[in-house]
Amino acid sequence: MSLKAVHLIFVTLLAALSFGCAAWAFQAGSGWWGATAIAAGMLVIAYGIYFLRKLRKISYL
Amino acid sequence: MEIPYTVQNRPDTGIYNAKVGIWLFLASEVMLFGGLFSAYILLRVGAAPGEWPHGWLNVTLGTINTILLALSAITTLLAWAACKVREFGKFKFFHACTIVLALTFLGIKSYEYRDKFMHYEVQLQPSAKNRAAGEFADGHLVAKSGDFDLAKKTGFIKLHGHIVKDRKELMDLRSPEAQAAQHEELTIAAADIKKMENYAPRHNTFTAIYFTLTGLHALHILGGTLVIFYLWGPGSRMWKTDPERFTNRVEVSGLFWHFVDLVWIFLFPVLYLT
Repeated sequence: MSLKAVHLIFVTLLAALSFGCAAWAFQAGSGWWGATAIAAGMLVIAYGIYFLRKLRKISYL
Repeated sequence: MEIPYTVQNRPDTGIYNAKVGIWLFLASEVMLFGGLFSAYILLRVGAAPGEWPHGWLNVTLGTINTILLALSAITTLLAWAACKVREFGKFKFFHACTIVLALTFLGIKSYEYRDKFMHYEVQLQPSAKNRAAGEFADGHLVAKSGDFDLAKKTGFIKLHGHIVKDRKELMDLRSPEAQAAQHEELTIAAADIKKMENYAPRHNTFTAIYFTLTGLHALHILGGTLVIFYLWGPGSRMWKTDPERFTNRVEVSGLFWHFVDLVWIFLFPVLYLT
């Protein structure tokens, strides 16, 4: 498995963490932090798509 | 003598040797951290009701450190991608960014550790002035008199904190009572102190597992930073003689770095948010 594949796993987990943090913040009553965490999660997903396009020619192995 | 399969893939494994090596090493690392995470879960579910701390760690600092590590994973990938397209200048830049981000992470972690070592829980003597029996003072050490000696009962300390009637009130710092507590400067004579202990690893089970997990993780960050610094500095001479092998070295260091970042992705919610 190449660095590209591991990075993809990392980005996926980072997005999951961001949305998890958003849920935690909303539960704790902090709407501002929750909204920021959702925005961060969206940003991570957008980055993931960008990185996949950028490294299209590099193998996953 | 030439070392085989540093660049070409082995026919039997399908990858070059260094990558096989790092994956075997990472498998052992998964077992190490997996064991510690299991220990955390068992300690936590085994804790008596109300005895597991909540809100003891600074979520803002933890979030900043998470962002720093996420950015460092990106710069590591970009450094490797720069090597792939033969742009050595970009590689140097991105790896320098990784080193700066890693050192900032370690700086923040050191600050958090210092904060814990300066934080004291003081059990007061039942005879202490204006104090009910069994009260606790909790806060950060501001000053200590020159003649302070707990055994001889001389001198005094100054804490920035508050007094609680029951130690259990210190367990959940997210509770409305804890949030509403007024912190002030407290002067406590040594004669009024029954027991005094900072929030070091020996303080309780939570601080023990917190320091073990984050300390081991910080050591991995330090080790990874040293390797990345070597590849950025003296090790980068290989670029002139064998760029493909050098690119593979960068990838291997990047795989280790991503593993360390993935460990943090689990550590952060488990320790800071629960």
